[in-house]
Amino acid sequence: MSAQIDAIKLSNAQIAWRAAQDIKDGAYVNLGIGFPEMIAKFQPEGRHVIYHTENGVLGFGEAPPEGEEDWDLINAGKKAITLKPGAAFFHHADSFAMVRGGHLDLAVLGAYQVAENGDLANWSTGKGGVPAVGGAMDLVHGAKRVAVVTDHVTRKGEAKLVQRCTLPLTGLACVTRVYTSLAVVDIEGGHFVLREKLAQISFDDLQALTGAELKVAGDLADLTVPEL
Amino acid sequence: MDKIIASPADAVADIGDGATVMIGGFGGSGAPIELIHALIDVGPKNLTVINNNAGNGHVGLAALIEQGRVAKLICSFPRSADPKVFTELYLAGKIELELVPQGTLAERIRAGGAGIPAFYTPTGYGTELAEGKPVAEFDGRSYVQERWLKADFALIKAELGDPLGNLTYRMAARNFNPLMAMAAARTIAQVSRIVPTGDIDPEHVVTPGIFVDGIVEVSDPRQEEVLNREGAVYP
Repeated sequence: MSAQIDAIKLSNAQIAWRAAQDIKDGAYVNLGIGFPEMIAKFQPEGRHVIYHTENGVLGFGEAPPEGEEDWDLINAGKKAITLKPGAAFFHHADSFAMVRGGHLDLAVLGAYQVAENGDLANWSTGKGGVPAVGGAMDLVHGAKRVAVVTDHVTRKGEAKLVQRCTLPLTGLACVTRVYTSLAVVDIEGGHFVLREKLAQISFDDLQALTGAELKVAGDLADLTVPEL
Repeated sequence: MDKIIASPADAVADIGDGATVMIGGFGGSGAPIELIHALIDVGPKNLTVINNNAGNGHVGLAALIEQGRVAKLICSFPRSADPKVFTELYLAGKIELELVPQGTLAERIRAGGAGIPAFYTPTGYGTELAEGKPVAEFDGRSYVQERWLKADFALIKAELGDPLGNLTYRMAARNFNPLMAMAAARTIAQVSRIVPTGDIDPEHVVTPGIFVDGIVEVSDPRQEEVLNREGAVYP
């Protein structure tokens, strides 16, 4: 099945596009470093979203052209950024007051595993090496909503949506929505609730690639995204 | 009163073996590269360093670590574009790491500066980074007790400074610097420009001079990212 899945699954850009559609006008949002950062590129026109970065900026914009970087103006991924009108600077304690104090509307993070009870594992593969956590553990307990963008399965084809995480946890019962390469899944009452899936995959095949029961409540919509 | 120090070398001359040193910055932004390099020249060993990261390349904090001066690092994210220096020492068991979630690190430093010995945070509850720490429930939710962090010295970077130690910062180079300024027994700030007392509008002071013990002017400070692109190695 994996070759067929690879042929139909969404690219990271398409997953990011889908996640961007749900971000409302006026939202304060933190995007995790790496893949989630891509979401900002697909913000629908006409919506004013204010992005927060842990290192003390609200209201940043795209990367500057190469050669015009100011290395005092970076995001949490240490990449050069620009400012939008109305931007603000603040120190790290204020930055995490915004995070833990429930002032962010949304945080979108990557994941190694997400469990049906909302537990998230995204900071350590548990295999040794150098551990690094950054702001992930703060974000999962601070933002009003925590969403995840991820491939539906690992490169080896193992489920990333699981009954219980086996990797070291980032936070307990914190994720409420998962955008995967095959589906959009909510976490409600300790269960995965399937909201959207690609039309090209059957429910049974999707269930087979998921490590816990997928419930369907109400209408199940097709997951449709543009070519990107 | 005049807190101006003539050179980075004079500014760090009192830092001895075994000291705990907070070093400001987030990656290269706000990192006091010239003070760190002066500290390498002075030569204290067995330091405990508190920083968000573990250095990048072979300059600044990475160079301090590469010279074998750091026994223990307290940080949130010891990875970077070029983390080889820290990674090799860590995997060889030659440097101790205390990994702290980033917001907890910031608040522990703030608490140290604010005279609050411990506080409760939701961050890390139920994870291995909270193992062994006291837990308490408030309004039906569980929180982890975290302790303050203090240091013998803080080396920070600011934009403008006056002889009284009042500081302003430049863009996102602010990050941990104002917190560390509060949490050390002795805080040394390198500033891009020293201005006369009274020139910084009181409305614009970010770190009031009470938190600063010495300031040293480093005009045109080097940036870690630029040095790394040049392939710089210190010393």
